[in-house]
Amino acid sequence: MTEILLSLRGLVVGLRHGHDVSPIVRGVNLDVAPGERVGVVGESGSGKTLTMLSVLRLLPSPPLEILDGEILFAGENLASASERRLREVRGAEIAMVYQDPMTSLNPLLHVGYQVAEALKAHGASTIQARETTRDALRQVGLSDPERVERSYPHELSGGMIQRVMIAMALAASPRLLIADEPTTALDVTIQQQILDLVLDIQTTTSMAVLWVTHDLGVVARLVDRVVVMYAGRVVEDAPTRELFRHPSHPYTAALLASLPGTQHSHRSLLHQIGGNPPDPTRLDGGCPFRPRCPFAIDQCAHEEPPLLPRGESRAACWREPDSWLP
Amino acid sequence: MLLPLVRRLASMLTTLFGVLVVVFVILRLLPGNAVTASLGVNAGLLSRAQLQAIDKFYGVGESIPQQFFSWLWSMLHGNLGVSLSSREPVSTLVGSALPVTLELAVMSMILGILIGVGFGMIGALHPDRWQDDVGQGLAVFGLSVPSFVIGTVLITYLASIFHYFPSSLGFVGLFTNPWLNLQQVFFPALTLSFGIGAAIMRTTRAAVLEIKNLNFSRTARGKGMSQIAYVWRHLFLNALVAITTMSGIQFGYLLGGAVIVEDIFVLPGIGRLLITSITDRDFPVVQSVTLIFAAGFIVVNTLIDISYTIIDPRTRSR
Ligand SMILES: Nc1ncnc2c1ncn2[C@@H]1O[C@H](COP(=O)(O)OP(=O)(O)OP(=O)(O)O)[C@@H](O)[C@H]1O
Ligand code: SF4
Ligand SMILES: [Mg+2]
Repeated sequence: MTEILLSLRGLVVGLRHGHDVSPIVRGVNLDVAPGERVGVVGESGSGKTLTMLSVLRLLPSPPLEILDGEILFAGENLASASERRLREVRGAEIAMVYQDPMTSLNPLLHVGYQVAEALKAHGASTIQARETTRDALRQVGLSDPERVERSYPHELSGGMIQRVMIAMALAASPRLLIADEPTTALDVTIQQQILDLVLDIQTTTSMAVLWVTHDLGVVARLVDRVVVMYAGRVVEDAPTRELFRHPSHPYTAALLASLPGTQHSHRSLLHQIGGNPPDPTRLDGGCPFRPRCPFAIDQCAHEEPPLLPRGESRAACWREPDSWLP
Repeated sequence: MLLPLVRRLASMLTTLFGVLVVVFVILRLLPGNAVTASLGVNAGLLSRAQLQAIDKFYGVGESIPQQFFSWLWSMLHGNLGVSLSSREPVSTLVGSALPVTLELAVMSMILGILIGVGFGMIGALHPDRWQDDVGQGLAVFGLSVPSFVIGTVLITYLASIFHYFPSSLGFVGLFTNPWLNLQQVFFPALTLSFGIGAAIMRTTRAAVLEIKNLNFSRTARGKGMSQIAYVWRHLFLNALVAITTMSGIQFGYLLGGAVIVEDIFVLPGIGRLLITSITDRDFPVVQSVTLIFAAGFIVVNTLIDISYTIIDPRTRSR
């Protein structure tokens, strides 16, 4: 077995009201090796952000909390780590780029100060932190880092803030970078530049990457492996090339079919997939995708499929892809 | 940065001028004038010439606008008029009373802010735990028990245990005997600080609880910084605008509370001066004290407005 940097085992995240619990992330299993780039895709509300926030134990709690499972980071279970230990890990070993960057910076402090703060928290001197900050801001393609440093968040555009957030995460040279839709506010060229930067950093360090995105184009270019989430679970976990060629889950196939300009043969079969993802707190015990699945069989209504091996991939579907792929 | 400051100072002066006009007009609307009011039935015993001479001395014989501007003019020269009951210049009376009230106000604000911010922060960082309950309990107490009750209880307690009886004769200035003076002002200030602290505590707690859930607080925690840096640089700093606003409001109440507390603790401050001058119908004094209260309120609010621009860069560009 290869070395594992991060391993989520049966992660359950949900709301707790008194003795009642309602899970939203329902048993996620996910491994990331050092230096590996893993993409996480899935519809809005499938639990991507909650899963990522749990890794750093930054869930908005209350009301959300980790209800079950382990978060093994380099063998250590962060789910039961002390706040003191978490402070050592956060920002130094695992850094995160948050979704919704516009509200993710303190409005009352200079941007440069906030980036440097992340470095100083882990022992950098003021001068060191300032130098590293400037380099990091330049690296993400901000042309006038001095000006950006002296700005307040409200003086910068969404795209600039997003790059600041990426710079802040990368500046600390973490072992794991978690990026939650980090390039949504960026235009295509800058997006390319950011992806190149991440790939470049990876050639010299063994930084692993967890990249949450809606954009399968980014996935194709950046990541080695893709994890598809649906209704709080992983429904497919596959090498990128394999996922594009032979999707093993009908939902993945539907995602691919919705890509503009694809000439996937299963397109016609799946174009009718409409509807919305289910409310994760109201599942009936069958496959959560069943209401939208054109290939459902009787078994799908009674039992929720676990992740089953399908060639090089794993998929949570009772049916072999050969039986429904045209 | 400078222009808005000038604009604010200008608006402060305008407001002050408005207050002057209002105070002036209200006192002119009262039937009779200050002289007949102070002489009472004796006014009938004076001859017309005598009355006119007195009117001229107090400046009430002139036309209303003339009176206003001569009043304004002499005030700008530090002449607040002459007390009708003690015949002393009002500026002398105010000059000896104002420092006492200022000291009381400053000390109660400091105590109130320390109590309020302290318990508010502790409560917000341990919501619904015992630390929070203690603070919440104190807040209910501070908000629901009026200062005259707290003051009376405190003074009874002090008298019976420490045999301390406040008296205006024994009052010493801050610079004459600082230690004794601080002891004399401490308990009145503590009395006032309960209400102030309670309100500031609630504001602090609510603001911090809200800020804790904002995205940038999560970013800050995600950097792995120390708890102290997180709490003060991110949570407290962002709560500061709300805390400052509430402190300004409390300062307004404080001026009213000072009147009561100075009376209970027999502090020779502006509040007591106001009460005695109202009982004596000593209009020049009432007028000046009212103005001083209004001016204090306006100045503090202007300072608070200016502090917003210092705290929050988003208010600067406007
Ligand atoms: N603070 C919260 N309180 C209650 N429910 C929440 C909270 N945050 C998220 N949820 C619920 O958890 C579910 C999963 O949310 P999550 O943010 O993880 O989705 P996501 O996959 O990241 O979606 P998106 O692509 O829109 O970012 C959503 O249905 C949402 O309603
Ligand atoms: S398990 Fe059944 S319903 Fe679920 S995706 Fe597979 S075929 Fe469709
Ligand atoms: Mg999300």
